Amino acid sequence: MRIPLSALIGLVMTGLFVLSAVFAPWIAPYPIDAAVGKVWEGPSSQYWLGTDTIGRDILSRLIYGGSVTIFVALSSSLLSFGMGAFFGFLAATRGGWIDTGLSRIVDLMMAVPSLIVALVVLSVLPLNLTVLILVMGVLDSTRVFRLSRAVAADIAVMDYVEAAKLRGEKQGWIIFREILPNAMSPLVAEFGMRFIFAVLFISTLSFLGLGIQPPLSDWGGMVRENKDGLVYGKAAALMPALAIAVLAISVNLVADWILQRTSSLKGGRGG
Amino acid sequence: MADLLTIKNLRIEATAYPPGEAPRHLVLVDGVSVSVQKGRVLGLIGESGAGKSTIGLAALSYGRGGVRLTGGQVLLNGRDIRAEGAAGLRALRGREVTYVAQSAAAAFNPAKRLMAQVIETSLLHKLMTKEQAEVRAIELFAKLGLPNPETFGRRYPHQVSGGQLQRAMTAMALCPKPDLVIFDEPTTALDVTTQIDVLAAIKEAIRDTGVAAIYITHDLAVVAQVADDILVLRHGKAVEYGATDQIISTPVQDYTQALVSVRRIDHAEKSDAAPILRVQGITARYRGTDFDVLQSITVDVAAGQTLAIVGESGSGKSTLARVITGLLPARSGQITFDGRTLSPDLANRSKDDLRQVQMIYQMADTAMNPRQTVGTIIGRPLEFYFGLKGEAKRARVQELLDQIEMGAGFENRYPAELSGGQKQRVCIARALAAKPKLILCDEVTSALDPLVADGILKLLLNLQAQEGVAYVFITHDLATVKAIADKIAVMYRGKVVRYGQKSDVLAPPFDDYTDLLLSSVPEMKTGWLESVLKTRKMESAGN
Amino acid sequence: MHPLIKLVAQRIALGLILLLAVSVVIFLGIEMLPGDTAQAILGQSATATSLANLRESLGLNQSPATRYFTWLGHALQGDLGKALTNQQDIAQAIGQRLGNTLFLAVCAGAIAVPLSIGLGLVAARFNGRWPDKLISGVTLAMISLPEFVAAYFMILLLTLVIPILQPVSMIFPGMGFFEKLHAVALPVIVLVMVVLAHMMRMTRAAILNVMQSAYIETAELKGLSPMQVIWRHALPNAVAPIISVVVINLAYLVVGVVVVEVVFSYNALGQYLVDHVAKRDLPVVQAVGIIFAAVYIGLNILADLIGIIANPRLRHPK
Repeated sequence: MRIPLSALIGLVMTGLFVLSAVFAPWIAPYPIDAAVGKVWEGPSSQYWLGTDTIGRDILSRLIYGGSVTIFVALSSSLLSFGMGAFFGFLAATRGGWIDTGLSRIVDLMMAVPSLIVALVVLSVLPLNLTVLILVMGVLDSTRVFRLSRAVAADIAVMDYVEAAKLRGEKQGWIIFREILPNAMSPLVAEFGMRFIFAVLFISTLSFLGLGIQPPLSDWGGMVRENKDGLVYGKAAALMPALAIAVLAISVNLVADWILQRTSSLKGGRGG
Repeated sequence: MADLLTIKNLRIEATAYPPGEAPRHLVLVDGVSVSVQKGRVLGLIGESGAGKSTIGLAALSYGRGGVRLTGGQVLLNGRDIRAEGAAGLRALRGREVTYVAQSAAAAFNPAKRLMAQVIETSLLHKLMTKEQAEVRAIELFAKLGLPNPETFGRRYPHQVSGGQLQRAMTAMALCPKPDLVIFDEPTTALDVTTQIDVLAAIKEAIRDTGVAAIYITHDLAVVAQVADDILVLRHGKAVEYGATDQIISTPVQDYTQALVSVRRIDHAEKSDAAPILRVQGITARYRGTDFDVLQSITVDVAAGQTLAIVGESGSGKSTLARVITGLLPARSGQITFDGRTLSPDLANRSKDDLRQVQMIYQMADTAMNPRQTVGTIIGRPLEFYFGLKGEAKRARVQELLDQIEMGAGFENRYPAELSGGQKQRVCIARALAAKPKLILCDEVTSALDPLVADGILKLLLNLQAQEGVAYVFITHDLATVKAIADKIAVMYRGKVVRYGQKSDVLAPPFDDYTDLLLSSVPEMKTGWLESVLKTRKMESAGN
Repeated sequence: MHPLIKLVAQRIALGLILLLAVSVVIFLGIEMLPGDTAQAILGQSATATSLANLRESLGLNQSPATRYFTWLGHALQGDLGKALTNQQDIAQAIGQRLGNTLFLAVCAGAIAVPLSIGLGLVAARFNGRWPDKLISGVTLAMISLPEFVAAYFMILLLTLVIPILQPVSMIFPGMGFFEKLHAVALPVIVLVMVVLAHMMRMTRAAILNVMQSAYIETAELKGLSPMQVIWRHALPNAVAPIISVVVINLAYLVVGVVVVEVVFSYNALGQYLVDHVAKRDLPVVQAVGIIFAAVYIGLNILADLIGIIANPRLRHPK
C-alpha cells in the first residue's frame, strides 16, 4: 500500500501529539503550574517557547494542555460517534416511526448552530469535564447520525442485502456482516472529522471562558490567558493557537486520505 | 465520391486514476481506419469497451475525461482536425459535425426550454437568424413525428417523454444542417416498443435531409436497419468492415459470425407438467399508493420448467417476483408452492420455504457484497441451510464453481476481480447452493453483452436439465424468451394479457399488445424495419 | 393553486413550526436540566426564605406551560423581560447590539459570498491544475483553524507586522459609515476568511458536480467556449446547490460572529450572550439564543425558497 506524503506527514504529526499527551508528566521540562521565569520571556535555551502571562513555561503548559485538549476531544468524539452511528444505523435499518422520530429530533437539534445551543445549555449546567464532554458529544452526534443513516440506507437497498433477507438471515448478520463492512471507510474518515470538530469546539469554548476551568488548562484557555500580550508584541498566545492548527491540519490530512481511498473500496468498480 | 470523413490508423489512449492506486495507462482504440461518404450511414458495432463511442467522439476530436487521440489522422472535409486548435474545434463542432447522445434525458439542460437548446447551435455559429432557426426546428419536429410541433419547443425537458426527448435531440443535431451526425446508441435507453418508432423516425430524417451519419450501437439487428456500411469492433480494434448486406449474410470473421448468430439458441418446449408454483388471483400495491400495480394475476410454473414473464418497464413483472418472494405481501390472492400455501409475508415463511425459492438479480454487481469473497458468497447458503463447515463446505463450493464452468482458483477472489459474466455465474451458483426447486431470474441477461448473455442462457438451460429446477424468467427481451421458455405470460400495465405454452403464445392470431411486442424485436435482416411498420396494429405508449 | 405557491407556503409554515419548537426547547428544556435558577442567582449562602421569595417573584412556582405561554405572549409584543443581573430591559439592550452584529455580519457576508462563488468557479474551471490546487490547499488549512486562532494570526499580521489596523473594534452611535467600516475592517477580514474557506470548498464541489452532467458535454459538442458553457449551461443549474452551500455556511458566520466579537471586544449581541452565559443570566441567554435561532432558521427558509423557485421542474410542472 502506498501512503502519499501528505498523509504520512499527517500520521506522524498526529502520532507525536498523542504520544506527548500520554507521556506529558515525563516529557514536560517544568511542572504545569509553577511560575519559573519572568513574565512573557521570549524563547531561550531554558524556556524553548518562552514564558506566559505569569511566568510559567509555555512548552510544559502546551504539553499538559495538549493532553487535556486531546482527552476531551477524543472522549466527546467517541461519544458523538457511538451515539450517532448507533441511532443512524437503527434508523436506516428499521425505518418507519423510529426513523421518522429520530430524524425529526436531529432536525430540531441542527436547526440552531451547535455553539449557540452549547452556550445556552452551559448557562445552566455546571462547567466541568463531564458536562463539557456530554454536551459536545450529544450536539455533534447529530452529524454522525445523518452520515451513518445515509450510508446505511444506501447499502440497505442493495440487492445483496435483499438477498440476505430472502435467505432468512437475522438482523444481526445483516447489520454486522452485510452493511457494516461496507460502511466502515466513510465512517472512519468521519471520525477524524468529528475529532477535529471537537478540538475546535472545546478550544473555542475554553477561549470564551466557558470550557475547561482553572486550574486545568487546555490550548484554547492558554490563548485566552495570553491574548492581552499580543498587543504588546508578545507572541505567547500564538503558541497554543499554532498547536491547535497543526493538530487539526494533521488529522485532516489523514482523514482526507482515508476518504479518498473509500471510493475504491466501495465495491462494484475496479475489475 | 470524395470521403466526408476519413479516419486513418487511429489510436486513442487514456490514463485511469483508480483512487489509492498507481495511475493505469490504457489503449482504448488501436489502428482503426474507416471512412464515411456524403449521405451514407456507417454503423459502428461492438460490445461495451470496444471503443465505439470513443471513435464516434473522435470525429469531433473530443475525448471524454482523460481520453486523448494519440495517433493517426481524422480527416474531415479534407483537413486533419487533430491539428486544429481549440478555436478551430469549436468552429467545427455543431457546424460540421453534431452529436446525439444515448440518454437524451440527461443530455438536455433541465433549466432551459427545448426550443432554445435546439436552435442554440445554429445561432452560435451564425448559420441562420432566430426566426429561420425556429422555422427549421418546427419542420424537424414535424418530420420526426413529435406531437404539436408548433408548440413542442416551449416545453422543458422534464415535461416530455423519453422517446420524445430522443427525437428532439435528433432535431437538435439536424437543425444546423451539419455534414455529419454521430448517433451514439440513441435508442438503447428506450423501451423495446418505443425503440422501433424512434429508430424509424431517425432513419427517415437521415434520408430526407441527406446528411451523413455514424450510428453506434451494440445491437447488430438495429444497425442493420439503418446503416449502409458496418465496422465491427472488439477491444479497440477493427474486426471486420464491409457493406451491411455482406456483414449480415456472409460474415468472414469468427467474432462477426458469433454476433450474427447470437440469440439463436433453440430450446424445444417441454409439455406441460404438474405445477411447483401456483400464483392465484394476486393483487398488490406498494405501501402509500392507491394504485394496484398487479391486478388478479394467475399463472402456474411447472416443476423443472421455465415460465417466462415478458413485458415493458412498468408492466409489473418485477413486482410479481417481489410478491412471490414475500418482499411485497399481496393484498389478495394466494401463492401455493409444492402443494402448500406460502405465507404472503417473508417474515412468516419457514427456513425451508425460503431455501426452496431463490432469486438471481439483473445487476450482479450489486447482488454480491463487495467485501465478501466468492467462497463466502457461495458458502453462506451451504452453511446457513445445511450446516456445512470447513472442508465439506469448501469442497461443495468448488463443486458449484465447476457446475457454473468457472473451475478452480476463484474461491478467494472478490467480486470486483470478476468480469460481468463471471459475476452473474457466481450469483447463479449462490442460488443453486440452496438446492432450490424454483429460481426467480429477474432480467439476468439484460445488463450483459449479447455473447456473454448467450453463455448465461445456455448455462441456465444445462442446469435445468441436470438439477430439474424450475425458473420464473422475467425479461423484456423476446429473443431471450424464445430461447428459454416453456410457458409464457405477457404482462401489460399490471395484467396478464396472454398466457400459455410457448408455441401457443407465439402463434397467431395475436392480441394487439402481443403483436406490438413481437413486432418490436429487431430481426437480423435489412429492410425488416419498413416491413414491420406497415403491418403493426398498435402504437407504442411510450412515444 | 399553483403547486409552487403551495410548496412555498408549506416551507414557510414548516419554518415557523421549527422556530416554535426551538423556542419550547430553549425555554423549557433548559429548566429541566439540573440546576436551580434561584440558587444560581443568590449563590450557596442564600436562605430558604430569600430563595422562596425570589422564586415567587420570578414566577417559578407556576407550571412550566403557563410560564412558557406568558413568556411567549410577552416576547411577541417585544417584551423580553429584565436581566437578572442588572435588571436592565433585555429588549432594549438587544436592540442596540443587534444592529452592530448585523452590520458586522452583513459586511462579512457581502464580501464572502460573491468572493467564494467566484473562487469556486475559478477552482472548478481549472479543476486539478495549479489555481485549483492552490485554492484548495489554502482553504484546507483555513478550515482547520478555529475562528479565534485565525483572528489572532490576523491581528499579529495587520496590527504588528503591517500596522494598518486597530486590534480593538469600537463603534459608537453617530460614527460615519466609513468610520464604522474602518473600525470593523479587521473582524470582517477574519469572518470572511473563516466563512470563505468553507463556502468556497463546497461551491467548487457543487459546480464540479453540475459540470459532470451529460448536458455539459452536449454544450461542449455544440462548439460553445468554456466560459459560455459555464455561463449558459452550468450556472442556471448550479444556482440551487450554490444557494444551499451559502446557507449551510451561514452557520459558520453566526458562530464566527460570536467568537470574533469577543476577540475584538466589539460591543454586540455575541459578546452580550457570552457575558451573560458566564453570569448565568438565563432570561438574557434565552432571548439572545432565540434571536440567533430565528435569524438562522429564517435564512434557511429563504435559501430553500430560492432553491424551489430556481427549479424548473417545480416552476413548470408536467
